[in-house]
Amino acid sequence: MSMTITEKILSRHTDLDEVHPGMLINARVDIALGNDITAPIAIDVFRKSGGKEVFDREKIVLVPDHFAPNKDIESAEQCKIMRDFAREHEITHYFEVGEAGVEHALLPEKGIVLPGDLVVGADSHTCTYGALGAFATGVGSTDLAAAMLTGELWFKVPETMKFVYHGKRRPWVSGKDLILHTIGRIGVDGALYRAMEFTGEAIRELTMADRFTMANMAVEAGGKNGIFIPDEVTEAYVRERAGRKYEFYSSDPDALYHSVIDIDVEKIEPQVAFPHLPSNARGISEAGDVRIDQSIIGSCTNGRIEDLRVAASVLKGRHAAHGFRLIIIPATPAVYRQAMHEGLFDVFLDAGAVISLPTCGPCLGGYMGILAKGERSVATTNRNFVGRMGHPGSEVYLAGPAVAAATAVAGRLAGPEQL
Amino acid sequence: MKFGGRIWKFGDNIDTDAIIPARYLNTWDPQALAAHCMEDADPLFMKKMRPGDILIGGENFGCGSSREHAPIAIKAAGIAGVVAKSFARIFYRNSFNMGLPIFESRELWGLVEDGAEIEIDAGGGVIRIIGGATEPLHIQPVPPFMQELIADGGLMNHIAKGKAK
Repeated sequence: MSMTITEKILSRHTDLDEVHPGMLINARVDIALGNDITAPIAIDVFRKSGGKEVFDREKIVLVPDHFAPNKDIESAEQCKIMRDFAREHEITHYFEVGEAGVEHALLPEKGIVLPGDLVVGADSHTCTYGALGAFATGVGSTDLAAAMLTGELWFKVPETMKFVYHGKRRPWVSGKDLILHTIGRIGVDGALYRAMEFTGEAIRELTMADRFTMANMAVEAGGKNGIFIPDEVTEAYVRERAGRKYEFYSSDPDALYHSVIDIDVEKIEPQVAFPHLPSNARGISEAGDVRIDQSIIGSCTNGRIEDLRVAASVLKGRHAAHGFRLIIIPATPAVYRQAMHEGLFDVFLDAGAVISLPTCGPCLGGYMGILAKGERSVATTNRNFVGRMGHPGSEVYLAGPAVAAATAVAGRLAGPEQL
Repeated sequence: MKFGGRIWKFGDNIDTDAIIPARYLNTWDPQALAAHCMEDADPLFMKKMRPGDILIGGENFGCGSSREHAPIAIKAAGIAGVVAKSFARIFYRNSFNMGLPIFESRELWGLVEDGAEIEIDAGGGVIRIIGGATEPLHIQPVPPFMQELIADGGLMNHIAKGKAK
């Protein structure tokens, strides 16, 4: 019987020859991830349920990134719980400050998650790794505790929605614009409980960075996972990083889908999602005159070197508007170093930006760019819910790095072609 | 399981940042989280609610982050359960893992306002509106595996039982 890539990966992690949507399965987990917000609860649950040993110290990943480097005493305590647990159980992939970065940029970069893997993470944006052709989904802390203890977890096999992107992208249109447009079209629950499979000729031309951005936001449409069929772009990315074997899966030509949605990429211009839902997306030319106070360029969605290059190409020779706060957050130490080597830091500093250490920071209202009541930020992050970046009376506008950089220069919502 | 309570009604897409804003996630102490439960959806909620009350949501309740702090905050606030038209999947899964009773009903939302009283008969699969003229509403049945999780007292107890076999 024919299967989608999602169904194939799930079945290969069970003893079943095939699986179908709706089936409840127990599957083996290749990687289980936690961070400084979610791991402390998982560790507490692990201990309270009598856990003595983790199932495999090589397959658990712990990253202090949300409120780390520690933003306050309480955050320091949470990070310490994770650090102590990592030492006690000799967890291979624990990343201390200095090595740590935003988890969903860090794990692929380090070759920890690979094509064909089944990955669970106590973080909703774990779906990012679907860009590699892996099955990856967010879970809660108790699920993480169960995975750390047993190496297995139960799943309901999701139906798959197939998204086919036709045509050529316009200038400045990135993966972020494609996914914001897609969420705008189907809504924040348009893929609830389902897999989102991204295909089509416009997808094959995307860099890995753009694919990570798209898979990252599958959860913003309610999706269980986002997934790409791995190809030569994937191979070039993982070949130099992988320390173990990996496998490419693809969907059978006659696999069954919940639905197939065709998207004409040529009609899509750079997008901006207005408060307070990622689905409030519209083209930048329809944004109107919206004054903005701050721009955040970073996060697990858009904090990779390719994103910083785009931002720098817009900012080169320009300066942020008077009184505007431009904050650049390279997602990992490697991105940070690369941006420095390429001279991007000079471009950013000349533009009046401040460059932050790698952290999730302001994306979830932690620190490094919190908004006051009535303030507005454009951000390359993934959520613009009420209070997400600070005061409940502040506003977040989601966009790709080109719009976030152009907005900084204009002081109001703008794309690079409007400068 | 049968319980009743006064309801508080919210709209569609109540996200986990509204249920427990991320700015409070530097702790997972249930009482500290409960103090801010639903704060960005209704800043006065914790002043108005009483233990035993029930939350009513529209579509996609609990969307957004994977934080288990959301069902923890709701439970610690004393909320007896949540009924919504639909739930976001991680929140749905977390609630079962934590033992927070949640139910899907597409009809209830349109039939009640804040302050109404309802009774939930989980075993019988119905919700009654106290003093309401309508017939009992049927709850979406919970898959047998999920019922097993609840009967075992959550995921970790379920795993412990499986290992003991």
